[in-house]
Amino acid sequence: MAGKKFSRTWLTPVVAVLVAFAIGAILIYIQGADPLKAYQSLFSHAFGSWSGIAKTLGKATPLVLSGLAVTIGLRAGLFNIGVQGQLVMGAFAAAWAGYFIHGLPIYIHLPVALLFGVAFGAGIGLIAGALKAYRGIHEVITTIMLNSIILALVDYLAGHVFQEPGQILARTPHILPSATIPNIFSMPSGFFFAILLAYGVWWVFQRTTSGFRLETVGRNKSAAWYAGISVKRSVLIAMAVGGGIAGLGGGIESLGVIGRFEPTFNTGLGFDGITIALLGRANPLGVIPGAILIGGMRGAAASMQFDAGVAPEIVDLILALVLFCVTAPFLAKWLKSTEVGAKISSGWGN
Amino acid sequence: MSALLEITNVTKTFPGVVANENISVSVAAGEIVALLGENGAGKSTLVKSVFGMVRPDSGEIRIKGELIAPGDTGGAIARGVGMVHQHFQLVPVMTVTENIILGDEPKRGIFINMKAARAEVIALSEKYGLEVDPDAFVEDLPVGTQQRIEILKALRKDVDLLILDEPTAVLTPQETDELLQVMKNLATSGVGVLFITHKLREVMAVADRVVVLRNGRVAGSTSPRETDEEGLAQLMVGRNVVLQVEKGEAKPEASTLEIKALSVNDDRKHLAVDGLNLEVRAGEIVGVAGVEGNGQRELVEAICGMRPRLSGEVLVSGEATPDMHPHKVHSMGVSHIPEDREKHGLVSSYSIEDNLVLNQFDRDPFAKGWIRNVAALEENATRLVEEFDIRTPSIKTTAGALSGGNKQKVVVARELSQDTRVVIAAQPTRGVDVGSIEFIHNQLIAARDAGAAVLLVSAELDEILSLADRVAVMSGGKIVAILDAKDAERGLVGRLMAGLSA
Ligand SMILES: Nc1ncnc2c1ncn2[C@@H]1O[C@H](COP(=O)(O)OP(=O)(O)OP(=O)(O)O)[C@@H](O)[C@H]1O
Ligand SMILES: [Mg+2]
Repeated sequence: MAGKKFSRTWLTPVVAVLVAFAIGAILIYIQGADPLKAYQSLFSHAFGSWSGIAKTLGKATPLVLSGLAVTIGLRAGLFNIGVQGQLVMGAFAAAWAGYFIHGLPIYIHLPVALLFGVAFGAGIGLIAGALKAYRGIHEVITTIMLNSIILALVDYLAGHVFQEPGQILARTPHILPSATIPNIFSMPSGFFFAILLAYGVWWVFQRTTSGFRLETVGRNKSAAWYAGISVKRSVLIAMAVGGGIAGLGGGIESLGVIGRFEPTFNTGLGFDGITIALLGRANPLGVIPGAILIGGMRGAAASMQFDAGVAPEIVDLILALVLFCVTAPFLAKWLKSTEVGAKISSGWGN
Repeated sequence: MSALLEITNVTKTFPGVVANENISVSVAAGEIVALLGENGAGKSTLVKSVFGMVRPDSGEIRIKGELIAPGDTGGAIARGVGMVHQHFQLVPVMTVTENIILGDEPKRGIFINMKAARAEVIALSEKYGLEVDPDAFVEDLPVGTQQRIEILKALRKDVDLLILDEPTAVLTPQETDELLQVMKNLATSGVGVLFITHKLREVMAVADRVVVLRNGRVAGSTSPRETDEEGLAQLMVGRNVVLQVEKGEAKPEASTLEIKALSVNDDRKHLAVDGLNLEVRAGEIVGVAGVEGNGQRELVEAICGMRPRLSGEVLVSGEATPDMHPHKVHSMGVSHIPEDREKHGLVSSYSIEDNLVLNQFDRDPFAKGWIRNVAALEENATRLVEEFDIRTPSIKTTAGALSGGNKQKVVVARELSQDTRVVIAAQPTRGVDVGSIEFIHNQLIAARDAGAAVLLVSAELDEILSLADRVAVMSGGKIVAILDAKDAERGLVGRLMAGLSA
């Protein structure tokens, strides 16, 4: 029975990915290119060599974290679309701390800079959480609005207030070596940290009372209240923790990959997080394969263009198709298990 | 008579359970067939197959001779079958009128003619004696009213076959009588009725034929002419069931639950509980008898901290309980079997194991500090499933997959398995089969004998009269009389409930 259950749970995401690739193949073919060659190039660049894998894992790192941020929200019955904004805020704050603070050894400077990312990401999440908890404003609306506000804000900060001297691009100065995340055996160490965090989040939901609280609120608010769980507090916690993890993802991106804050990077990471969380079926461990797949595709898109003459945007298209194929059945399930859906079918007995 | 509905050799399995095994049932025009069986026997599964909501593994379903394809949700409706589901199919954010007309709306041009719809609903409600407010939103209504809406919706269209899955579980006795009369009238005019209930009295009153399911199989069929309530119960459960409650003398001690000058509003901000005083002593069961809507629900919710109190107080062992904090009240030793188990009592997508600790998940031994103790959870669930006879393939099964009565048993097991000083039981045996009613009654008596103060609120006067040591009659938000069990004669209580003086 366990096997049957497993296959049923993961059937949707696997089929979603396969269908998306199949439709992608047709589109590549219509463009006049060879889909097999394109996919072969995509996968061999992403997974066929150590350097390819290192690049893939580097790309996957912030994706694991943004996927986790969305997952935590889903578990608590919230649809956190603001991961993009939270992540960018964290990326900026960590980069700022990484170049602005001087004279600290790496074992202090690096964690402090990362904590800046966490704190700012959490702060942004908390704004949406507070608006939901105390004003009842839906988080989808507030997080979308916050996304726009933050993108404009960091553009301004990196383009004016904290711009690298003599630059015309909007970007901060380069971070100091004491805030740079080192590689382990030429693999991005941030990735292993992200995996540990995913396990941590999984464990919290699996085994702790805090996880149980969040999850109960996500599934039945009346029952949660009745059982003595504060719904408001849970909303605040879920949004703050999700925002913090997203901010950490941004921080790792700034300190481990880009080396500064530059608004043109980071784009889309938060939105890929939504696809990844849904592919992972709101399971914290489930985000890992999705993040690696999408990270690999993002990392190898340019090489695919070179090899097979396919526009790299095809990757965006495939990911959009994945999201489309995975959401329909997932949302239906998710709705059923939450307040909204339960209400639609609420009643007496079965 | 030609068969309207023919179910032949239907089998349906869920993971770990055979819900229906080779079941054959038929209903002829003008006939009322009662489908009886324990909780989890497979009644709802069977009737859901007719409506395509469950896809049988094998077997045939024919309506008026025409084969219904498995999973065909429109087929039955198109052939004139109406159904009242045990699990309501209402849209909570729409009004009563909107819900009833949904799917076949009176139109004016391309618009819905709301005026006509409203008038139709009022007429319908009067015709069948089922009172509803056409403009209320469904999500604000208690389960009893929602049930009436479901029934009206099914009766609105002229149907040839009506399927009713426990329609009377949440109705008042008067409404039940009205509904039984409606069923008889429909049968006289040639409609076939398939009727599921746990109340043997209703079966005896209206059924032409009775089909009994046990463990997913047809255990036998009979008719009210050939048997009596005891016989039906025996056929259902497979053993002798004591329909009469047997209990010893109560030995009440100091008063544990004290309600002083309590006033509470209902949802529409009208005074529902009006300066009410009541005491329940340790070691006794006080039953609140009253016509539904006289403040019983509001009283229970206010005691349990789920509804704001306007004035007055509720004391447990002399200590004031907080307003609007159900968990704190619970921690003071007040167990509560809530009326609306789907909303407050259970998280349907959680396992039985988690539901059994829902309001004590963070207490020892279920959590050690921050960490949940899986071994203790499993031990607790295994013990309670066994002790309370919850029919489930496993303790990891989600509560939503349980049959209606077994869900109720999960809530009862959780609340009565804790050491409590006060038990507030609101409709504790709703939707529960006769065998389990016997069991839950015995558990309430056991709680009493262990020294708990038990407050029982039930729409079933019989339940109150047979369980209570003292009967408090509630009318117009007040306790109008308190009688000792030996003086609480049915007619007298009925007169007091109706607001007449003794
Ligand atoms: N969706 C489902 N998934 C898994 N098991 C189910 C599902 N629906 C019903 N079952 C199981 O099938 C069996 C029959 O359930 P059913 O709801 O038909 O019982 P019932 O006779 O209507 O009981 P009740 O009187 O309590 O309403 C039960 O063991 C139940 O747990
Ligand atoms: Mg049922």
